[in-house]
Formats: sequence, C-alpha cells, structure tokens
Amino acid sequence: MPSPLLEISDLHVAVDGDAILKGVSLSVQPGEVHAVMGPNGSGKSSLCHVLAGGNGYDVTRGSVAYRGEDLLALEPDERAKQGIFLAFQYPVEIPGVNNAYFLKAAVNAVRRARGDEELDAIDFMQLMREKVKLVDMDEGLLRRPLNEGFSGGEKKRNEILQMMLLEPRLAILDETDSGLDIDALRIVADGVNALRSPDRAIVVVTHHERFLEYVVPDHVHVLFEGRIARSGGRTLARELEERGYGHLRAEAAA
Amino acid sequence: MTESLQEARVAPSNDIESLIGREYEQGFITDIESETLPPGIDEGVVARVSEIKGEPDFMREWRLEAYRRWREMKAPDWAKLSIAPIDYQAISYYSAPKSKEDAPKSLDEVDPKLLETYEKLGIPLEERAVLAGVAVDAVFDSVSVATTFKERLASEGIIFCSFSEAVRNHPDLIREYLGSVVPRSDNFFAALNSAVFTDGSFVYVPRGVRCPMELSTYFRINAANTGQFERTLVIADEGSYVSYLEGCTAPMRDENQLHAAVVELVALEGATIKYATVQNWYPGDENGVGGIYNFVTKRGDCRGARSKISWTQVETGSAITWKYPSCVLRGDDSVGEFYSVAVTHHHQQADTGTKMIHLGRNTRSNIVSKGISAGRSRNAYRGLVQVGRDAASARNYTQCDSLLMGDRCAAHTFPYMEVKNPSARVEHEATTSKIGEDQLFYCMSRGLSAEDAVSMIVSGFCKEVFNELPMEFAVEARNLLNVSLEGAIG
Ligand SMILES: Nc1ncnc2c1ncn2[C@@H]1O[C@H](COP(=O)(O)OP(=O)(O)OP(=O)(O)O)[C@@H](O)[C@H]1O
Ligand SMILES: [Mg+2]
Repeated sequence: MPSPLLEISDLHVAVDGDAILKGVSLSVQPGEVHAVMGPNGSGKSSLCHVLAGGNGYDVTRGSVAYRGEDLLALEPDERAKQGIFLAFQYPVEIPGVNNAYFLKAAVNAVRRARGDEELDAIDFMQLMREKVKLVDMDEGLLRRPLNEGFSGGEKKRNEILQMMLLEPRLAILDETDSGLDIDALRIVADGVNALRSPDRAIVVVTHHERFLEYVVPDHVHVLFEGRIARSGGRTLARELEERGYGHLRAEAAA
Repeated sequence: MTESLQEARVAPSNDIESLIGREYEQGFITDIESETLPPGIDEGVVARVSEIKGEPDFMREWRLEAYRRWREMKAPDWAKLSIAPIDYQAISYYSAPKSKEDAPKSLDEVDPKLLETYEKLGIPLEERAVLAGVAVDAVFDSVSVATTFKERLASEGIIFCSFSEAVRNHPDLIREYLGSVVPRSDNFFAALNSAVFTDGSFVYVPRGVRCPMELSTYFRINAANTGQFERTLVIADEGSYVSYLEGCTAPMRDENQLHAAVVELVALEGATIKYATVQNWYPGDENGVGGIYNFVTKRGDCRGARSKISWTQVETGSAITWKYPSCVLRGDDSVGEFYSVAVTHHHQQADTGTKMIHLGRNTRSNIVSKGISAGRSRNAYRGLVQVGRDAASARNYTQCDSLLMGDRCAAHTFPYMEVKNPSARVEHEATTSKIGEDQLFYCMSRGLSAEDAVSMIVSGFCKEVFNELPMEFAVEARNLLNVSLEGAIG
C-alpha cells in the first residue's frame, strides 16, 4: 500500500471548551474518494474546517498528517499552497472584492508556491473562461463582488470553479451538493469526477445518497456525535438512506 | 518653493566666491531666506515672515490682522482627542530651508528601510530619490519633468505655482480670493495659519479650460518642504475643470510636530474641482511616541450655479488628525462630494468628516466615509449637513462605514443635521463591522497570505473611495493601506 495522503489519528477537537470531535481516525490514499455522511451537528463541517486550518478549533488530542507531515502546524494559506482545498458549506461574502480579481490572486499564489509561472491577465482570463463554461456559470458573476448577493447555487458553482482553477491534491467538499438543482448537481459531480486522478483524493461531505450515484465513493463513513460510527463501501450510503441514523443512536446508547 | 531658493541650496557653503556672486545675483532676498526666526510669536514675528517672503503691504496687513484675531481666540477643546497642550511660543515660525550638505548623495546612502517602503508602495523609481531627499544631480530628471509640465499648463493659461510666487506675480487674484472661503477668524488654526503661513500652492484655471492633466506628479516632486503652515488656493473660473492631488503616499517625516494647513477652493459657475489628498505623515511609533498633529482647514465654495467640488481623501498618517473638508453649496444646482478613507493604527487618533452647507436651490451632496481602526487607535467621523431656508429641494446622502480590526480600537460616528427647508431630503446610513475571521479564513484557504487577505478585504471595503482617486494613485493608496495596517492582524 502506498503511504496515505491524509492520515487523521484519534482527533479530538473542542470549540470554546465544548468537545465536538471525539476521536476521529481516517486514512485517505491518493486516488480515493471518501464520502462522509452523518446527521446535522455531528461535526462534519468542523472536521473540514480543522483540515483547512479554520480558527477557533482547539485540537485537544490526536494528529493529522498530510503527505507525511504535520498538517496542523501549517497556516491555512500554506495548506492551500500544498494542495488542500475546501469547498465551503457556506461560502463567505467579501464586499467590494471583484470575483475574478480574487480568483486570479488565489491561482497565482498557489502557482507561485508550486514553482509555476504566474498567469498574466490575458492567460488567466482564458483559463477562467474555459472553466466557467464547464461549471455553466454566468460570466457576469465574475465581475461581481465575491459571493456578495450570489444565490445559494451560484455560490456553490463558484466554489467548484475555484476548485477547478486551483487543481488541489486533496479536495474537501462540504455539502457542495446541497441546494443545487438537478442540472447543477450533475455539473458539480462532473467537476469532481474530472478532478479524480491517481495522485489526488477527494472527501465529499453529503447528506444525499443520490449525489454518490454520480460521484461514486470508494469509502463511506458516518460521523456521529463526533466519532466515526460506521465505515463501509458504497452500499453503506444506501443503507443509511433506507434506515436513517436512528439505529446509530440506539447503538451509541447501548 | 522659488527657483532662486533651490539654487541657493545647491551652492556649497564653503565656496566663498560663488556665495558672493550669488548674493549679487539674487540680492537681498536670498540673504534673508537663510534666516531662522527664534521661537515665539508676536506682531514683529508676523511682519518679519512677510518681509522675508518679500510680500506687498496688503499681505503684511492681512497677516497682522489674522494674528490679532488669533490672539483673541482660544485653542479648541477636543471632544474625542487626547492631546497635550501645545506651547505656541515654543515654535519657530520661520526656519530656513535646510542645507543640502547633509543630504544623501545617492540612493545608496538612504536608509534601506525607507527604500523598502517606497518599493512596497510602488513609487516610481525616478521619484524615489526626490522623496528621499537625495541632493541635486540625481533628481535632475524629475525636476525637468516638472518644468515641462509647467510649460504645458502655461500654454493653456493655467497658473500653477507656489503661493509665494502667486503673491508676487498675481496679487490681484490673491487679494480677491484669499480668505474668501476660509476667513481669517474661521477657527483657531486657520487664524494662526493666516498669520504665519510660509508657502503652499496656487492654481488658477481660466474660463472654459479643462486642465489637461492631473495636477499631481508635479506636486509630489515639490511637496517635500512645504512647511508646517501651508496655504493652498485653487480657483476654477467659469466652466473650467481641474483635478488636483495633494500629498504623497511616501511616509514623510518632519520635525515640526504641528501642521495647520488651510486649503481654499473656489468653483465659479459650471466649474468642477476634484481635490484628492493622500496623507501619510509620521504617525508616531507603536507606543504613540512622536508623530505629527495635523489640524487642517479645508473648504470649497461652490460659488456659481452648477458648480461641483469633490473632496477625496486617504488619511493614514499623523498621530492626530483633525480635518473636515467642507463644501459651501451656494450656487443653485451645485454639487458637493466627500469621499474619505481614514485609517488609524497603534495609538493614532483621527477626528475627521465633512460639512455640507446647502444654501442654493436644488443643491446636492454625497458623503461616503470609510473608517478603519486597528490597534488601540480611535477613529471618529463627524459630519454636518446643513440645509438653509432657501435651499429648496436640497438633497444629501451620507454613508458612513467603520471597520474594526481587533477589539482594542474604537470607531465613533457623529452625524449632525440642521434642516431649515421642508423640501430637503437628508439620508444617513451607518454600519460598523469587524473584519471577519471567516472572511480572513476564506481568503487564506485559497492560498492568500494573511497580509494579502487583509489587504484585499480592506480595499474591498474602501472601493467606492478608491474609485474616485486618479488611477495611478489608487494603486498606491491600496499599497499604502497595506503598509499602514501591517501587523494589525496577528
Ligand atoms: N464556532 C462554533 N461555536 C460553537 N459551536 C460550534 C462552532 N462550530 C461548531 N459548533 C458546534 O459543533 C457541532 C458540530 O457542528 P458542525 O457544523 O461541524 O456540524 P455538521 O455535521 O457540519 O452539521 P450540518 O449537517 O448541519 O452541516 C454543532 O453542535 C455546532 O453547534
Ligand atoms: Mg456542516
């Protein structure tokens, strides 16, 4: 077995003294797609934010290694430069900052870190036009302030656009499929599938078994009350779809 | 600054022959230009300043009258500012321009820290030497740029010169307009300035002329030694247009702690004046030691119908800033605008805003104020919108946004409104927000460094104001904000 891209070991995380993650372990190999499911408030977004370097999460125990290095020691921008990308469940609005301008700054920051040449305005526009078509996004959104006043679906497409431009090694999608119409769901799934490659890995957080018909995962995990309660293959998602999370609660209580 | 003065400063002081020769050439004036008055102020000092400047009698009398009024006035009582009392008898009201002897001979001799800042601000290479005070030859190019500039303006009939030159060469214009917008007794600092101002700039744009360039590059090159009591007068004759940029993004150090400038703008019928300021004087260190006190009186008079005056300011420097660029909307259908970004960090204190005085019918004013506070600083917006009895259908819109970085700084908003005409419409909107952790995280998760993320969020916040700046300065202003806010988010 090759060495894992991401190795989460016994991760405990607290927010303002409240334990949120209570011993999560997860190993992601290059080339794999993992799905994380679980009821509302079980800690899925918290896990995503901890991986991307969000503020306010105190790691009280455990570790996270990314490509064999201590991930938690890195600033969020350093993680991005090393190929980690989080598509936010709730993308943040930044008034007055032009979307295209922001994207260009991000792409060039990451390119610089990789030792690639920065793109000038013309090359960047060309690249962006290409990707915008793939996510079927209105070009007008590029000229608007970042996420400001975007509809829910527009924000999600914009996240996928960013992902495609940044070409991450580890993409984490936090409910990117939520709130999308059927066509958009397909587009997002196509985007994720296009990213699949032997040296990349993808973690999708979702509530919808249906999304996993498009983006077929190698592993499915259920996060429950801050722990991974079950792990399995593709069929686990279907089982959950039928049975809900109730039995997990019963198991946890037992 | 006069041409003769520049030459005199170039002369090595030990070259006796050239000094003697020069004295004959330049006569009496060069001689006393090198005089520095002892600290203190009285009528004799005021008269002496006038004499040193070689001014006509009317100017001396005007100054003396200002001094007499100033003596009767009391220093203002600061509402939101903490300030130690200033000893006005401890200030020297005229000091000779410094010798170039001690000036660095090339950029190699300039403090690398300073050069680094120029770099960060994106100041063009050819201007860095001038700003760093490098002596003579090295700056030759930019001086000649300035000369070409002047010739082009002159061909349009535009007068653009130092205030001293204007007093000598255009006394009629000075007599007519000086003090016509900011009267000598307007306020304590304006009165003091009127008595002892040393120099500044003068602009006259003739009827129907559209000034063909931003009056900025020239100014920047010549701005270095304007002194602590600066006087500016801009007159836009009927139907003319001028855009003027004062100041400089480069950090300016100055031993004079007190700066009390007066700026008067006059827009006649159908004329437009855009006046932009970038102020980056020494703010004091992280502990609040040192730094400039900046007490400025700026006022524009929309004297004619359909005239327009627009103030744009980016204020990042000084320990204490106290300024309210204002518009008197006298002409019917005249328009006043105020766009402001005021940044305070560490222990800086800014109390700034505007006054819009609506006198004419159908006058309009628009105020956009963006305050950014970091560290332990205090940032106050104070605005007055006044609508006179006759100002039918006057309209004002005020938008006042504050951005806080960290939780030890403070922002205050004080809108005052006095409306005497029932058909007027006055609107005020204010917001205060903290720079969001979530915004920072979002930007950083896309690969932007913390500094770049802050800078992007802050320039987004200031966008409406930056849009009003001349192109080349908008870029510098953005960089300036970054430099000013360095370390604001740990
Ligand atoms: N910053 C915070 N402050 C206080 N509580 C928090 C914070 N972040 C997360 N929590 C709490 O941690 C728990 C897990 O939240 P999280 O957002 O990770 O859930 P989730 O699994 O993503 O839920 P959903 O499916 O609704 O998106 C919740 O109880 C939430 O209230
Ligand atoms: Mg969530």
